[in-house]
Amino acid sequence: MGLKTKDLVGIKGLDRDDIELILETASGFKDVLGRDIKKVPALRGKTTVNLFYEPSTRTRTSFELAAKRLSTDVINISVSTSSIVKGETLQDTALTVQALGADFIIVRHACSGVPHFLAPRLKASVVNAGDGTNEHPTQALLDLFTIREKRGKIEGLDVAIVGDILHSRVAKSNIYALKKLGARVRLIGPPTLVPRELGELGVEIYSDMDRGLEDVDIIMMLRIQMERQGKGFFPSTVEYFRNWGLTKNRADRAKKDAVVMHPGPMNRGVEIASDVADGKRSVILDQVTNGLAVRMAVLYLLGGVRG
Amino acid sequence: MRKELLDKKDIERAITRMAHEIIEKNKGVRSLCLVGIQRGGVHIARRLSAKLREIEGLDIPVGSLDIALYRDDINVRKEQPVVRRTEVPCEISNKKVVLVDDVLFTGRSIRAAMDAVMDLGRPAVIQLAVLVDRGHRELPIKADFVGKNIPTSLNETVTVELSEEGRADKAVLEWA
Repeated sequence: MGLKTKDLVGIKGLDRDDIELILETASGFKDVLGRDIKKVPALRGKTTVNLFYEPSTRTRTSFELAAKRLSTDVINISVSTSSIVKGETLQDTALTVQALGADFIIVRHACSGVPHFLAPRLKASVVNAGDGTNEHPTQALLDLFTIREKRGKIEGLDVAIVGDILHSRVAKSNIYALKKLGARVRLIGPPTLVPRELGELGVEIYSDMDRGLEDVDIIMMLRIQMERQGKGFFPSTVEYFRNWGLTKNRADRAKKDAVVMHPGPMNRGVEIASDVADGKRSVILDQVTNGLAVRMAVLYLLGGVRG
Repeated sequence: MRKELLDKKDIERAITRMAHEIIEKNKGVRSLCLVGIQRGGVHIARRLSAKLREIEGLDIPVGSLDIALYRDDINVRKEQPVVRRTEVPCEISNKKVVLVDDVLFTGRSIRAAMDAVMDLGRPAVIQLAVLVDRGHRELPIKADFVGKNIPTSLNETVTVELSEEGRADKAVLEWA
């Protein structure tokens, strides 16, 4: 058994077996991360290039560390310091990076569809590290891994995703992934950020947070992007917090053993209260650790697919 | 075509003898740790440990080692080998580690296993126990404890089937 394509552009194109394989493999890598020597020689001699057209610290660092722990060489290219500012096209940049010997190209871009555009044009494996408002597949995979680690399963769980669903690639990847693995998904947020059309994806939509959180197993918070403020999506961060911020009282409406997740970076006091973020339900730091294991699994498995 | 090389009784005797040899060579079972290579080797290691307890009255820890990430054929194989969890229940630094596998063939798995063990700690010694040695080494590796030497040709395969995997205990030789 292996993955069917050389690229990971989104969760949408994966089937349940692919997802299970990645999660299973990640659990082997999680074990590696617990050792004194956290590096394995599996991808020795390969090269990984992080091609980031958008600022990112945690995702880039996570991919960089994952690639290094598999013994690949890693190069980081960020837009502000590269020839991209001199007007090079996306395709030319990617081909150049490939000509330098890249086996894995990790790409993040503000435009949806960039990884899908690059994948068929390159021999290297393309991994989507976030494309516009479309998908962020490794985030969803690490969320699934964390849920399974904490709750032992995914099938049949009730998961609430709260916040700016409209602009969130994390939410989209998670909706696809959770549905594929048999979870029930609720979306909670102001109607301006949770459009009714999303109901077509087979999810329930709530604008009342207290009702939406009733008896859920997982509370998945999203970051409220500050740059959306003042664009008419919600009146103010204070009012946002009053209606859709996760407080301890609200979290207690969920099941007793429900866990709280957040992809980071958090805006404390805007979408989540500090005592919840640091509280006993929070698995936010586990998500970060698991992200490494999951990204190692993705690179390792893609490294085995030959065109 | 298929021929039975070892039956249940043969395997049991081989394991009993190997257990005695392990005790003899190490002058007891002090600071011993058995590490089976997944998957067949783990079952053999457990059986050896049970036999050692029978003889010496001491519990010898058994680990299970996944070598997928240390293989030398990752870039040659069609698909990536499945990654499983490595579970070694004891600190292996300064221990006498006995690597255990079901069949010794090219020696490449053993090379990978030694690298994997070294990443877990610095054992005092590493020894090798195999149920079947079928020859055709491609690396300078030799087993310390062998259940049965079976000369084979390259177009044959040797499989050890064990009750732990829901089969009847036996070693079989197959060829086209």
